[in-house]
Amino acid sequence: MSSTEPFLVVEDLTVRFPTEDGLVTAVQDLSYSVEKGKTLGIVGESGSGKSVSSMAVLGLHDARTARITGSIRVDGQEVVGLNEAGLRKLRGRQIAMIFQDALAALHPFYKIGGQLAEAYQVHHPKATKREARRKAVEMLDRVGIPQPDRRVDDFPHQFSGGMRQRAMIAMGLINDPSLLIADEPTTALDVTVQAQILDLLQDLQSEFNSAVIIITHDLGVIAEMADDVLVMYAGRGVEYGPGKEILTRPQMPYTWGLLSSVPDVTGDTDSKLIPIPGNPPSLLNPPTGCAFHPRCVHSDKVEGDLCATTMPAFEQGNSGVRHLKRCHLRDPEVIFEREVLPVIAPELLEEK
Amino acid sequence: MSNINLDTDPERNPENPETRHAPELAKPDDVSHLSFAEIAAQGHGATRLDPDAPAVLSVDNLKMYFPVKSSGVVRRTIGHVQAVDGISFEVPRGGSLGLVGESGCGKSTTGRLITRLYEPTGGSMHFGEDRVDLAKVSNRAMKPLRRDVQMIFQDPYTSLNPRHTVGSIVGAPLSVHKVVPKDKIKDRVKELLEVVGLNPEHYNRYPNEFSGGQRQRIGIARALTLNPKLLVADEPVSALDVSIQAQVINLLQELQAEMGIAFLFIAHDLAIVRHFCPEVAVMYLGKIVEIADRETIYGSAHHPYTQALLSAVPDVKQAAIGGRRERIRLEGDVPSPINPPSGCRFRTRCHLAQDICAKVEPPLLQIGPRHKVACHFAGELGDAPRTPVTAGLLGVDGQGSPDPSVTPEDIPTGPGYEKRWFDVKSRQMVSA
Amino acid sequence: MFAYVVKRLLAGVLVLFLVSMSIFLLFWYGPNEPARVMCDTKTSNRCNAERLDRFTEELGYNNAWYAEYGDYVKGVFVGRDITVAAQTTRCDAPCFGLSYKNGKPVWEDMKDRLPATFSVAIGGATLYLLLGVPLGVAAARRRGTVQDKALVSSFLFLSSVPYYLFALLTWLFFSLKWEVPLIGDTGYVPLTESPTAWFGGLALAWICLGIFGCTQYTRYARGAMVEALSEDYIRTAKAKGLPTRTVVYRHGLRAALVPIVTIFGIDFGTLLAGTIFTERIFDIEGIGLWSLRAVMQRDLPIVSATALFSAVVLIMANLIVDLVYSILDPRVRLS
Repeated sequence: MSSTEPFLVVEDLTVRFPTEDGLVTAVQDLSYSVEKGKTLGIVGESGSGKSVSSMAVLGLHDARTARITGSIRVDGQEVVGLNEAGLRKLRGRQIAMIFQDALAALHPFYKIGGQLAEAYQVHHPKATKREARRKAVEMLDRVGIPQPDRRVDDFPHQFSGGMRQRAMIAMGLINDPSLLIADEPTTALDVTVQAQILDLLQDLQSEFNSAVIIITHDLGVIAEMADDVLVMYAGRGVEYGPGKEILTRPQMPYTWGLLSSVPDVTGDTDSKLIPIPGNPPSLLNPPTGCAFHPRCVHSDKVEGDLCATTMPAFEQGNSGVRHLKRCHLRDPEVIFEREVLPVIAPELLEEK
Repeated sequence: MSNINLDTDPERNPENPETRHAPELAKPDDVSHLSFAEIAAQGHGATRLDPDAPAVLSVDNLKMYFPVKSSGVVRRTIGHVQAVDGISFEVPRGGSLGLVGESGCGKSTTGRLITRLYEPTGGSMHFGEDRVDLAKVSNRAMKPLRRDVQMIFQDPYTSLNPRHTVGSIVGAPLSVHKVVPKDKIKDRVKELLEVVGLNPEHYNRYPNEFSGGQRQRIGIARALTLNPKLLVADEPVSALDVSIQAQVINLLQELQAEMGIAFLFIAHDLAIVRHFCPEVAVMYLGKIVEIADRETIYGSAHHPYTQALLSAVPDVKQAAIGGRRERIRLEGDVPSPINPPSGCRFRTRCHLAQDICAKVEPPLLQIGPRHKVACHFAGELGDAPRTPVTAGLLGVDGQGSPDPSVTPEDIPTGPGYEKRWFDVKSRQMVSA
Repeated sequence: MFAYVVKRLLAGVLVLFLVSMSIFLLFWYGPNEPARVMCDTKTSNRCNAERLDRFTEELGYNNAWYAEYGDYVKGVFVGRDITVAAQTTRCDAPCFGLSYKNGKPVWEDMKDRLPATFSVAIGGATLYLLLGVPLGVAAARRRGTVQDKALVSSFLFLSSVPYYLFALLTWLFFSLKWEVPLIGDTGYVPLTESPTAWFGGLALAWICLGIFGCTQYTRYARGAMVEALSEDYIRTAKAKGLPTRTVVYRHGLRAALVPIVTIFGIDFGTLLAGTIFTERIFDIEGIGLWSLRAVMQRDLPIVSATALFSAVVLIMANLIVDLVYSILDPRVRLS
């Protein structure tokens, strides 16, 4: 492997699960990469494959049922097909994952400190119990839990929601991982607590210089956190590029739909809320052609029935910067600026 | 019965405005023939305020204390959770009031009080043209009123009985309240399903056959069954995917415009509340700390808590066009509602707090034509006064100790707005 | 915690009081002639109306029920003297009266039978826990595989055979047909008398209870474990890099134990209150067989004593389950 390769490289990742109703393709031909010190935001709705793909990075899928192809390289090491012992060395040590609902993700019967110490000891077998405990207290202190030497002996249910998520982060970072995957880390939290957690994640990232993947459905979180953004729909990447580029010059109607579906707290009150009609597709029987075409309100601008018959390639758009999109539209930036923007954010147009 | 035309079949009823988009909504999986212009025409901007609308609900000094029992062989009541502690507000007829705040602030309890899922400890809730006090009526007298006050729940997965068909879920209120003859119930249910954008032929399916957004539509149809005047919507979209949230919000806006339903809209998502509610009340630890129209709350909030909440909202457009707003960090967690802080409940997390805040509770003071705030140091963000604006009104000095030289003024505490208010800049009573 | 236990014990006492009183009232107002049994026994089946009246009087059935009930309760705590047919018998605490059939204090007979029942129950329960839980865990880990399906369906078949049939067939083959040495000769011999005979006499009973209970506990354990293994915290444990063994046992089984303990507490309580089929088929003189016989012979003091005993056992089992629960799950705070 070349030493210049990013820390995490995912190439043509496909994850399939056999079910009683047939083969479900949860992720298909997904490629992305994250460098150390950078944050990739993965956006998508439930069923878009964003969590499934990240769990594949840790090899968390049941090897007996999940069919994984493609390549996932962590610091040059191939993860797909790696045996359990090899995976265990990566998990928690080089790659840590924090989950959405910290109350459910922490074991209800064990003390916070014990769970942190366990994460430390499994990768530091020579460490004594006392050292592991000291490390746990130190990490709780680092993530801003008051009186960590006392709270270390609390059970998860004795923590508030925000503190539990902090403890979860402390557990993830206890072994100095180089990659942190945060799966909807703030979804269940109040905005004030969410702001605290996002600040904390940013502080810790600059301190540890780790690569971060943040999975969310909240474009606001993406806007604040991510250097790069990957938009996923029905198991595939549909738009990928630098965060600012994706959010200001999106070229894929699904991304437009996401932007027009959320009101903005400072936007013009005349901006319309325009939903994406319909429901996400079934992964068992995905639509033909572009998976988004049954819900797409711009497919009339593509000649013929290209959208319904041909899956668009994931390719570089017209803009100069690196910006991949999966769409048949010829001049998406013109459509976005002339049609979409005036309806969803008239004030942004005026600034231009 | 309904006074609006619910017949949405375009062949039978081409005049009904519903028919314009009902077919698309009824078949949400096949929308490829829609163009962006068409769908944009169906989108809505933020709901506007009608300042002259009379109140459909006036809540005055509403309280809900839950007893806390001691442990031990004999269980005594050793304290109370002051979940809601003396809140007053009005919901205008056909309008929407948003109720926002962090979890545990009492916003959901308020919703449950209004639908009388709890019996309030004190206060009044006058409803409708007859000004019936929902806080006082017996459960028996409440039954007919329940037609007028309905609720939409947060979780579309647990709030529908999985063993009942959609038809019986939506139709149950009709048979319970005996408003429609038995043989007409099915037709009415089909109409309602169509109104909320579901395929009416699916009335005999079970909730698990629907997606989250569709289930929430079923919940809405159930709430609409009896033509309510007031809908309490408790986090109606927070369990839904982003694209589906917007569908449901648009649907609620349409229903409100067409059926004249008033909403008490409880949510923690400040952006959604801003879009849906022309008026917003901010709650903290059982109290309303600020209530005002949308422009005031989001443009010139005067309470440090409101300012902190707003600054914490991640903002797509702001962040995308560069830079982000400075956040006001709120340290720590919300204190326990069993032993709330003395004086102002927010003072333990407030960067403006001074001695007076621990001694005197700030009243919810009207400081603008449609703006009330409960803070001794109420002021625009970054421009808070150095001395308490309330001292003169409350008969105390700047530290909150009683000042015999000042006579306290009579501050109105009712739910509505007065013609005269206290201007915090000039510190004088002014009127429009 | 202490206050909770005290409260539960007080509630238990109240339940016992109500149970004993209802049984007592049944004696008084039930459709029977409570003195008939004793009359028949004492007069060698030459009981006539006059004698029956005398026994009715002597047994106190002509007195107010509450006065007699007071005596009964007193007897339970301090013992009492009972005079029947001009014969006074000292009945020491805990006194549940005299058997109408043999005239001996009930407790004396009961004392002899408790060890047999306890031996059967403890042995059987240990066996089915030790077999069932590991099998259930193994099945849960292999969920959906051929082994799992084979185990689940064969156990489902086994547990749909009526228990008495299963036990009877076991006895027929092992004892009657094959006359297997040691275990073929069933019955209860006190452990102190001969450990080998104790073991041999009970082994078939244990095997039957064990296998039959195991089919159920495998299913419980499998279900609880499947649920536990699908929890978010299991995913977290894996993501930490823990070895599979630690994930399954330390994180999964620990959580799955809670529902198992709940069911086990009640099951075990029921076993202690007597296993009628097991005792009858394997000829073990335990509480179950004894109470069955007492019911058929209308020996009311024994019936009431065994009913009270079942109530005590079930109340204690429930309390212990709750205490164990609070130890297993720190979220449960007993207050």
